[in-house]
Amino acid sequence: MANLQVTTESKPVRLILILAAIIVLGLFLLLPLFAVFAEALRRGWEVFLASLTEDAALSAIKLTLLAAAISVPLNTLFGVSAAWLVTKYRFKGRAFLISLIDLPFAISPVIAGLVWVMIFGAKGWLPPETLTNLLAPAANLAAWAASSDRFGGLFEGLAAWLANPKIIFATPGIIIATVFITFPFVARELIPLMESQGSDQEEAAVTLGAGGWRIFWRITLPNIKWGLLYGVLLCNARAMGEFGAVSVVSGHIRGKTNTLPLHIEVLYNEYQFSAAFACATLLAFLALFTLGMKSLVEQLSGHSAAGKH
Amino acid sequence: MSISIHSINKTFGSYKALEDVSLEVPNGSLTALLGPSGSGKTTLLRIVAGLEFADDGPGKILFHGENVVGIPAGKRSVGFVFQHYALFRHMSVADNIAFGLTVLPRSKRPAKSEIRDRVHELLGLVKLDGLDKRRPHELSGGQRQRVALARALAIRPKVLLLDEPFGALDAKVRKDLRRWLRVFHDEINLTTLFVTHDQEEALELADQVVVMRNARIEQVGTPQEIYDRPRSPFVYEFLGNVNKLTEPNGVQRYIRPHEIEVLFAAEYDPTTDRMAKIQHLFSAGPVATLGVRLDDGKFVDVELSRKQLEDLGLSVGDEVAIRSNPPE
Repeated sequence: MANLQVTTESKPVRLILILAAIIVLGLFLLLPLFAVFAEALRRGWEVFLASLTEDAALSAIKLTLLAAAISVPLNTLFGVSAAWLVTKYRFKGRAFLISLIDLPFAISPVIAGLVWVMIFGAKGWLPPETLTNLLAPAANLAAWAASSDRFGGLFEGLAAWLANPKIIFATPGIIIATVFITFPFVARELIPLMESQGSDQEEAAVTLGAGGWRIFWRITLPNIKWGLLYGVLLCNARAMGEFGAVSVVSGHIRGKTNTLPLHIEVLYNEYQFSAAFACATLLAFLALFTLGMKSLVEQLSGHSAAGKH
Repeated sequence: MSISIHSINKTFGSYKALEDVSLEVPNGSLTALLGPSGSGKTTLLRIVAGLEFADDGPGKILFHGENVVGIPAGKRSVGFVFQHYALFRHMSVADNIAFGLTVLPRSKRPAKSEIRDRVHELLGLVKLDGLDKRRPHELSGGQRQRVALARALAIRPKVLLLDEPFGALDAKVRKDLRRWLRVFHDEINLTTLFVTHDQEEALELADQVVVMRNARIEQVGTPQEIYDRPRSPFVYEFLGNVNKLTEPNGVQRYIRPHEIEVLFAAEYDPTTDRMAKIQHLFSAGPVATLGVRLDDGKFVDVELSRKQLEDLGLSVGDEVAIRSNPPE
């Protein structure tokens, strides 16, 4: 092991470094995690379960799941197309587009929320009254569809919303803000990956007679699947955990426009610590799940990446 | 199937990659596009394949008389082997080879059993029997290259295009595979166009060599024609060592080291010979190399067989006469 000595510190230095790492890790990661669960269970399991199953909590969970269920697939689709575009083609403004994709990362979440209030709020560019007028034809159409015998039920909700289109302080605003905030995750993960893979395999498939759609499903997607899954995981974690932007557009209407993070804040401000921490455990579990999946993905992709050459 | 290329131009932004290039690739030939990097040879190959498009204009590419400009790459019946093989790394060798058949429209797609038979036939053809279940990363460079070749051949292409087919291989494998490809080509007799920057490779392998330089074709001919009668100093220098020699009659000429005859000083003929002094002598290997300095101080490389060297009994410092002896 003589050749290792040049890159190895002396024993005391090593011990100090390891100890420092453990302390930092414990203080900043493990202690807070432990605190969340300790606080949540301080008043027993019954309080814990009750805080999770009360109406406001259930509604917050539902809204969080809804926001994620819409924004994650949307941004997956967007991320894959954007990464495909900027890595497989060369065009003017490509570099600008790449930095534009990063925009939601670069600006403060509060601004990301305020922008939508500015556009759709009561004093914004497209206030609810203007929106009502603009959407009137669509509202009529939806009302007509809702009145039909067969599928009427499917359109009732849509017709009601279109007749009175509220975005800010309502579910649509929360979804828009979440989509905006989680915009870059998948694209960011895929662009460097696809850049490094080049277009050789796609070109080979072209010469063998495959069409664009088939090339995507049979060549590109299998090559990026782990990176894609990783991006989707991060996107989902953020979609469910986003606080700032969603807080601005939500209005904090209990049981209506509170997502899980907002619900936790409301409870905390009302000194309901056990309930707040009980809900926080859900987000902590989400984080642990994401981490677990992430290392699983890394392991699996590591195996296939090892076979790259 | 023959390939005829008529006045093709290609520019990337302000950079001219091909300038008025015309070329005939005879049916069944093995043709090499030879040139330094940046000479446009790969661009030309990619345009023939349909992976790149020539500039608008009167340029044409004919496959057996039929213009293929505007026909997408996938419909040109072209087998293309990429420099780094571009094997689908998540697929087995068999799936790689079968890919071109499995993406055929349903009406033309062979039955599964037929595809399997074809894959095995191709594996036999490229001498990779039994490796069908391997993944690309479990193969050596030479094996990967042959998988890429089999995959390209699976669609029964009418022409075969190879981009630097031996570029990523080490010297020994490269030489073996080169010989193998020559024999292979003679067996399947498929019009083949390949790109290389290695003159030795082009001369040894091809029926026809196309020397390219700065977006243009410099010379086309058989390896022998190209080597013996280069049309320009560039071709002369690109194809191997060359001396620039002024003969006693004042004529400047390019002459290869092995085309110079070495004589005893006593045999000096002032009308044809120059006097020279041996500066160094390198004789490990079948061919001996002499470095001689002429009376005007110029340095000339001379190659002669070990036998000749022994017969002359030369050593460093000796005075000799040299005579250029170009091929007829």
